[in-house]
Amino acid sequence: MSGAARLSLDKLTRRFREKLAVNELSLEIASGELVALMGASGSGKTTTLRMVAGYEPPDSGKVWLEGKDITTRAPRVRGFGMVFQHYALFPHMTVGQNVAFGLEARGVSKAERSARAAVALANVGLDGAAPRAIQSLSGGEQQRVALARALVIEPPVLLLDEPLSNLDPNLRRSTRNELRATLRRLGLTALFVTHDQEDAFAVADRVALMENGRLLQLGAPEELHDNPVSRSVAEFIGRATFVPGTFDGTSVTMQVAGAATTLAARAPSTLGDARNVLAVLRPDALAFVKDGAGWHGVVTDRRFAGTQLVYRVRVDERTEVELQSTDRDVREGDKVSVRVVREPVPVVAP
Amino acid sequence: MKIKADQRVSWALAAPVLGLLLWCVVYPNVTIIAGSFEHGLGYWREFANSPSDREALWTTLVVSVGSVIGAAAVGVPLAFVLSRVEFRGRRFLQAVATLPAALPPLVGVIAFLFLYGESGVVTRAVQRGLHLSEPPWRLTGVWAIIFVHAYTMYVYVFLFVSAGLERLDGTLDEAAAGLGASTSFRLRKVTLPLVTPALAGSMLLVFMSALGSFSAPYIFGGGLRVLSTQIVASKLNGAMGMAYVETTVLAIAAVAALLLLRWFERRRTYALTGKGSNTRITLRGPLARMAPLIAAALVCVLILPHAMIVLVAFARDGAWTTQVLPPQYTLENFTRLAHDPQLWLPVRNSISMAVIATVANIVVCFVAAYLIVRRRFAGRGLLQLLVVLPWAIPATAIAIGLASTFDRSAPAQLRLLLVGTFWILPLAYFVRGIPLVTSAVEGSLRQMDPSLEDAARGLGASWWLAMRRVVIPAARPGLAAGATLAAITAVGEFVASIVLYTHANRPISMEILAQLRNLSFGTAAAYSVLLILLVLVITVIARLLGGRAERVETIPTA
Repeated sequence: MSGAARLSLDKLTRRFREKLAVNELSLEIASGELVALMGASGSGKTTTLRMVAGYEPPDSGKVWLEGKDITTRAPRVRGFGMVFQHYALFPHMTVGQNVAFGLEARGVSKAERSARAAVALANVGLDGAAPRAIQSLSGGEQQRVALARALVIEPPVLLLDEPLSNLDPNLRRSTRNELRATLRRLGLTALFVTHDQEDAFAVADRVALMENGRLLQLGAPEELHDNPVSRSVAEFIGRATFVPGTFDGTSVTMQVAGAATTLAARAPSTLGDARNVLAVLRPDALAFVKDGAGWHGVVTDRRFAGTQLVYRVRVDERTEVELQSTDRDVREGDKVSVRVVREPVPVVAP
Repeated sequence: MKIKADQRVSWALAAPVLGLLLWCVVYPNVTIIAGSFEHGLGYWREFANSPSDREALWTTLVVSVGSVIGAAAVGVPLAFVLSRVEFRGRRFLQAVATLPAALPPLVGVIAFLFLYGESGVVTRAVQRGLHLSEPPWRLTGVWAIIFVHAYTMYVYVFLFVSAGLERLDGTLDEAAAGLGASTSFRLRKVTLPLVTPALAGSMLLVFMSALGSFSAPYIFGGGLRVLSTQIVASKLNGAMGMAYVETTVLAIAAVAALLLLRWFERRRTYALTGKGSNTRITLRGPLARMAPLIAAALVCVLILPHAMIVLVAFARDGAWTTQVLPPQYTLENFTRLAHDPQLWLPVRNSISMAVIATVANIVVCFVAAYLIVRRRFAGRGLLQLLVVLPWAIPATAIAIGLASTFDRSAPAQLRLLLVGTFWILPLAYFVRGIPLVTSAVEGSLRQMDPSLEDAARGLGASWWLAMRRVVIPAARPGLAAGATLAAITAVGEFVASIVLYTHANRPISMEILAQLRNLSFGTAAAYSVLLILLVLVITVIARLLGGRAERVETIPTA
């Protein structure tokens, strides 16, 4: 175990009947780090979180907290605060009683309880909400009460299960910024589960992408986007056109629009010496060119996406690329030329 | 224009239903209350000064409170164990635990007599086993009534608390554990407070049932007086004024309990809407091996009354004297029922009267539930009150009301002569069935997406087509469940019947009582078996009729 890790998961495995929900997952989280477990539903991310919290026993593997093996400890002894997807606020208690619950369970005196609950509520921007009934809260307020309730017990690691998925889109955007600001300000270590990459990118320092119970890639958001280790990662993160080509260690050569194009390329270390690869062309790495160079093609689709437009361009029978542009004058059916303007392009195994 | 037409439909449906309920639910009660004041406060003064009535009132309260405590003492732990602990046979035991409620009232009481009465099987077995010269206990008095009530009424507590625990969001418990709360702290601070409304509701229900209970005090009371038996005694003695006062007191107590129950339900501001993903504790070690044994023992105790009734039904009448178990067995009791038309008549009566009452319940209660759930009109609040009223008012009070209202033909007063005719019993059964069927149909209709009916109308369906193709199919599970309850109640009805029956329309329950008085225990038990079989048949028919609709109902909606 590396000394710096606050929490580390060591080859955690969990099987539900025949299905491997989590398969030898290892992960280390440093003190003060915010890590997102991201993946589609059924990828095993929630099961992983529940094993960390102690609600689900792993079939094999270990959970370490500050160098101590806590795999067999009961949830109540671990002292992690957890924010549940549906918040799990106690409906028969006031906001203040909810927040103070963890302290009450620890035998903290009533006066100290309410003082600390008030501080926790202030930390999430709910000053003075203590006497309110849970039923009177909006969705965003409930989320913040759940956060305050978890924070008040000063957890060594804060766990959050889809903390933003129950909020409507506008509220969600502002709440996730607040969430990151609060976690940062308090210097917390947190592990949170999400299926939404915007949430993950906005809040986390590092993102662990999971699929079928396995960890696909762990890294900073830009790293996942720019250097995907596999086709699955490239597909899950952002949008991309995959074009087959051959890789020689530094560049990739593709047959597009009747001619060979060679571009500088970067491969993940796991690729080995494979020659046949897929080049990952991100929409923002492509641009229209006016001078006639590049791939000639026809615009098949035009979609307004806020500050930019997203175009689809058919460059040959096999290939249709997607590109982002601020150029608003191109129409469907127009003949255009496009070029890769950002190199090196990532390549992955087909 | 559409709004006006809608209001017309509402009133066209509501007027006959309201009229009928005012006539057969409210009018008889008004008659009773008016009757109690016939001599000004005379009857009331007599009631207040009568030591036997004061004793009856006190005993009724003691029995009711005792029954609540007894039922909760059995029902709460059983609900917790069966919904929180996983062991082999848990689901089976969960089903068996509701059996005592499936016994028709009089049959349950008789089973207890055969089991725990002075010459009952268990009593004698204990007496022999311990070599006692006297029976170890006498099944009589307050304790006997409370014992029987606790045994049959714990089912309410068990079902309510189980449902509360099932609905409890499992993540609340997880959240509490994650915050550092121990098991007992979670139980005290999270689980118990959240099931308290369900527990309180079921305890009030037990209180109301015990308040109006008649069979147990009638059979086991000995010389003991409670209000319900006192009412019947007063009527038999021709002291109708006293019967009216006693009935009014009993009904007011019951309605007060009902209002308290409603208040409790309204006070609960939060709804428990968990996903029901409760994690059960899995037993390990010696406890795990013992659990099925304890469960099996419990199943035996719960099934014993049913088994006893079946056993006695095959016992030769007159041969069972001082032995622990009946010594000789025969099919005679059943063949006699089938061959003697006089003995078969009560069976025919009970079936036909239950069918008439239930069919009327289905029609009237469906319309009432539809009006309550789907329509907004001026009389809706009144309708809601009228359909629950017969639930609160004890059966004895309902019967006395009908007996004193429909005892003469006076068209100007809207009175029909029904007492002494066949029709008085179906009417009584119908009144008792109203709350059962209406609330079940209301439940189904509330689950129906309200826009379905509007969608059908929007697609051009007439009101009647929308009703036939959309609303009635949606109400079918509730209709089936409610009609089952109503039919089961009617076919074994005893409490109202004993006040209203005549020799010609005597139902099974009255014949059972008559056979018991003749000491023909075998024949009484054979009738009881028949009654249990009828209950089974009704349940199966309702499952078959309601089953298809239920399957449609469970299609998950987005």
